[in-house]
Amino acid sequence: MDIVVCIKQVPASSNVKVDPETGVLIRDGANTKMNPYDLYALEAALTLRTREGGTVRVITMGPPAANDVLREALYMGADSGILISDRRLGGADVLATSYTLSSAIKTMGHVDLILCGKQTTDGDTAQVGAEMAEFLGLPQYSNVRSITPVNENVIQVVSELGSTVLTAKIKLPCLLCTDAEINTPRLPSYKLKKQIESGEEPLSQISLDFFEDKDPKHYGLAGSATAVERIFPPDISDDHAVISGTGKEAAAQVLDVLLQKKFL
Amino acid sequence: MYNKVTPADLAYLKSLIPESRIQVGDEILSDYAHDELSGTENYPEVLVFVTSTQEVSAILKYANEKHIPVTTRGAGTGLVGSSVAVHGGIMLCTSKMNHILELDEKNLTVTTEPGVLLMELAAYVEEKGFFYPPDPGEKTATIGGNISTNAGGMRAVRYGVTRDYVRGLTVVLPSGEVVEMGGKTVKNSSGYSLLNLMIGSEGTLGIITKAVLKIIPLPETSLSLLVPFPTMDEALDTVPKLAASPINPTAIEYFSRDVILFAEDYLSKKFPDTSSDAYILLTFDGAPGEVKANYEKAAAICMENGAIDAYFVDTPERKKSVWDARGAFLEAIKSSTTMMDECDVVVPRSRIADFIKYTHEIAADLKVRIPSFGHAGDGNLHIYICRDDYSSEEFEEILNEAFRRMYDRAAEYGGLVSGEHGIGYAKRDYLADCLGPAQISLMRGIKGAFDPNHILNPDKVFRT
Repeated sequence: MDIVVCIKQVPASSNVKVDPETGVLIRDGANTKMNPYDLYALEAALTLRTREGGTVRVITMGPPAANDVLREALYMGADSGILISDRRLGGADVLATSYTLSSAIKTMGHVDLILCGKQTTDGDTAQVGAEMAEFLGLPQYSNVRSITPVNENVIQVVSELGSTVLTAKIKLPCLLCTDAEINTPRLPSYKLKKQIESGEEPLSQISLDFFEDKDPKHYGLAGSATAVERIFPPDISDDHAVISGTGKEAAAQVLDVLLQKKFL
Repeated sequence: MYNKVTPADLAYLKSLIPESRIQVGDEILSDYAHDELSGTENYPEVLVFVTSTQEVSAILKYANEKHIPVTTRGAGTGLVGSSVAVHGGIMLCTSKMNHILELDEKNLTVTTEPGVLLMELAAYVEEKGFFYPPDPGEKTATIGGNISTNAGGMRAVRYGVTRDYVRGLTVVLPSGEVVEMGGKTVKNSSGYSLLNLMIGSEGTLGIITKAVLKIIPLPETSLSLLVPFPTMDEALDTVPKLAASPINPTAIEYFSRDVILFAEDYLSKKFPDTSSDAYILLTFDGAPGEVKANYEKAAAICMENGAIDAYFVDTPERKKSVWDARGAFLEAIKSSTTMMDECDVVVPRSRIADFIKYTHEIAADLKVRIPSFGHAGDGNLHIYICRDDYSSEEFEEILNEAFRRMYDRAAEYGGLVSGEHGIGYAKRDYLADCLGPAQISLMRGIKGAFDPNHILNPDKVFRT
């Protein structure tokens, strides 16, 4: 099974800071990591490769420093990585990002399965996977918590949809966005790191010029449908109430609060 | 024998302390009759939630005059019965003395009341860019309890134990006198170190009502390596080599696959790797360049000594996936059996492998399950004897025999009864055997000097 995993470099801290003047996310180049949700997608891909054979390729979009996140994927066991890097791709919203990634995947030859994390920890939109599937004309499922191959052309997935669990058989190729419940991602390996460092890194870089659609108006800020008016960090509140008294009294007060808030 | 608490005593206590902070008889919850593990169980006659040095002083003065035993309790997370009121009497609970009083950035100290939890103190100083290195596994223990048992933890390899971070203590003596031991000074060569006698004295000499603790600047970064080995022998044989190399690890932990599987069951969460029988977990902290250089060297040493690989535990998510499991080992083993008891023995680092092998022999010989994990870097092992399907009586017999053999072997290797959990009630006889009459007699003399009427936590550490 030939699998492509989409990964993204995000700020290492979960406390993303926003420039109050410009509303732009402050990205500290030295302090980044792989989007935690992508680790589950990568682990799912590596597990499938162990079982079914084939390849796992990772792809990311970003500045040259984003090669670090591809290397991390190699140290976890990915076969190769592709960086899409081009100034004309900058400022992309989810639509332009999805279009860019789908354009890049079209250049990658035979692909059975595309895996994405459920969302990123910096943008948090959870839309790129589904939009890519639209551009690629592929069936797609979100919140996938298990993937089981049925035969060479069909997989069975279990998808968590809030109060419903959906089990579906899907024809390959398809695109899946994995849930954090699907597995525990493996750790990057020192042994693989040494092996990769001692040979030629299986990393390559592509730009807009490699795509079938080379019109810069379809990418980056120009290709974005979203006009961002303002970005601001959410208010963080530590408002709380202290409930005291005997166990019985406190329980009655808790019940009152739950009823008031319509939780019960 | 001790006097019982009379209605007159209770009336006096109520004249000192608001009634809302005093519990008597049936009002006292069963939690206050035991700790986390030792099987020692007894209710105090009165439970008082103290809030100040003055209150502690007034109660001790009265109890001393009336010859009523006094047991101090923090969060009750001990494992050897130290905080159980075995003779009844008054229990002083410090949980409401839970204020951090001062962070002195010039002298690098934090001053705290004894009821502050370790996790609260650690988070408080970290938020301000500082680091309190002692790192016992039980994060909901109080600082007072940590000092009273000289708690250790995983970072002992690089940073030492609680004792190394106590600069000063405010102590209430059984007479009610309040004394200040040590202070904010870095050095102290002023007579006998009463401060160091208080540390690890398990509430038998005085009651700590305030502590001045040393802190250090927060390391810039921290990274762990999870190193799988084909066998525990190969893993443990590598530890002295790691310790002797210039890699400056913060922690060197070991655990076996079966313990990881208990943690997976207990947490309902998969560990990142369970393909090997034995694991070493190494942690490094400091400046990023220093950490990288050290872990590279450490990984190379492990690989040269038979390691299968070395995995990077570098992001908050990866640290959580590994450390959540490591933090749950004790509870996970506990939930894998009907009952268990623990041996917190400490041996010279070079004998860890031999000692673990010996526990496997005991397990086979006595037909009992003995999982273990521990601090390979400092020789402190946590060995659990599991009752499983044995009856209480059968288990008692097996337990005594297993403990006897283990403590004898530890002594033979130059080890000691407890690395970090203390002696309390459960390990008194093993301590007496290990140290011999001369040292126990000196301890009795010290006890007598601090507490001539033996009202403080009687029958703990050694038989009164």
